[in-house]
Amino acid sequence: MSRQMGDSHRRFLQTMMSNGVISSSQASALHRHCCETHGAHYSQEKVEDFISVINAQLQPLFMHIRKGMSEEDGLDYFALVNMAKTDITKMSSDYADNELELFRKTMDLIVDSENGTASSTDILNCADSLQTKKLKKKETEHVLNKFVQDKWLNEIEGEYTLSTRCIIEMEQHMRTIYPDLIKRCFVCHNIAIQGQICENAVCGIKIHLPCVARYFKGRTDPHCPSCNDFWTHEIPEVQQYSSQTLQSQSSCAKENTAGPSTSSTLATRRSRRS
Amino acid sequence: MSQRSAGSGARRSRPGRSQVILDDDEPDVSSQPSSSQVQRARCSFTPQQIEQKVAEVVQFILIKDQKKIPIRRADVVKHVVKEYKGQYPGIIRRAGQTFEQVFGLNLVEIDSKNHVYILVNKLHPLPGEPISMCPGSPKTGLLFVILSLIFMKGGTVKEILVWNTLKKLRVYEGVKHEEFGDVKKLVTDVFVRQKYLEYVRIPHTEPLEHEFRWGARAEQEVSKMKLLQFIGELHNEEPQTWTQQYREAASVESNPR
Repeated sequence: MSRQMGDSHRRFLQTMMSNGVISSSQASALHRHCCETHGAHYSQEKVEDFISVINAQLQPLFMHIRKGMSEEDGLDYFALVNMAKTDITKMSSDYADNELELFRKTMDLIVDSENGTASSTDILNCADSLQTKKLKKKETEHVLNKFVQDKWLNEIEGEYTLSTRCIIEMEQHMRTIYPDLIKRCFVCHNIAIQGQICENAVCGIKIHLPCVARYFKGRTDPHCPSCNDFWTHEIPEVQQYSSQTLQSQSSCAKENTAGPSTSSTLATRRSRRS
Repeated sequence: MSQRSAGSGARRSRPGRSQVILDDDEPDVSSQPSSSQVQRARCSFTPQQIEQKVAEVVQFILIKDQKKIPIRRADVVKHVVKEYKGQYPGIIRRAGQTFEQVFGLNLVEIDSKNHVYILVNKLHPLPGEPISMCPGSPKTGLLFVILSLIFMKGGTVKEILVWNTLKKLRVYEGVKHEEFGDVKKLVTDVFVRQKYLEYVRIPHTEPLEHEFRWGARAEQEVSKMKLLQFIGELHNEEPQTWTQQYREAASVESNPR
């Protein structure tokens, strides 16, 4: 097996660089496209090997293509993350200091909240108290839009959540600055921001929504997997296309039009709040 | 994203020795025994340290390139290379190799007097990509129209002709455009800084007049032959119909830069 970087790898990397994050089904389609374009050997199940060849080259450059699960649809995504902490990367963002402060405050609100969301009203309120430079309401809305466009935040009906890209890239950082607030999902053991929390105050375990759906599927009388208390939350439906290995390019096209968050997670969240 | 800088901020610490600030105009070291310490510092960069610098330079250039801003050597030295200045030629050469081997990009010096570089993609976007390699921007379309106009008019066009042409596409010089914003600024400033266009004053004109030419980045990135084929399709003609343009496009094609 060749560990050598070829044009197929370079094309894959460039696409990652301009998109930031792609779903695993997109990654498979892209893998195939890149191999076919440059006449490289292609085997369908080897996408992770293919990416590891790229990662070996990126490692000395403080970059990495990392996999993570979306808390919204439960699917895997790949993000190109930057691991350097030098002055240079500070310049990497197009964001002004007060915009970055707004992002930090938004992240505080989201991590502090029980279900991993922050309302636009709360974010707008804290924009008044920025230390760097205050943002007007209109400006704040514009900046929040930019965060969504750049795939750092997701927004549904005025509720903001951390995007998959953001969680993949910032996981380490969040663990450092919120050591007591960040929980792991009891089912998949990954970092959990959005999810349901066991109502038993002594227990209080957290489970991702897609993990809740999969874990309690078909059970009429759900109980907490840790303390065995009754699980009071509404159990979301398992999404139709969550069996990832079988995904075809058609689901990839579907994601492109529907965006990363789907209607069923939306429904779950609304029912939770009511 | 720089939120991370708020974290532990663990900058890789370098051995103190390399922090010695060097007087970089080639000193005659041999005649000055007292400068032996300086000399030792100069040679004391380990391969790992150089490696680290190369990586930092690569990152710096990638970041600058996101906005298509040409990279000046002076900035690379000031912000990244710093006390490794004596090693600059080696570092930039290694960075160039990295761009080629890892990213499929060429680091091209477009101004050898002031040492200005741009990154040029060796891999061209293709139709039928599952996810676009370079998500298109409407601004690219505007740029393409202007570049085509310049090329078809023999390499130089007066500013007024550009605006008259854009008027037909309902893009007006003084009017804020929904998609492009301040069009005048985009065309005469942003595209010019990105080196897609050159915007020069025509001497001895009263009132002042300007003309446009292709910028260095356009010469590197845009295929004249493809452009001519596209124009041919629009007019339902063979590209060879435009003899002069075809000759020029063919000569660029046969002399790869």
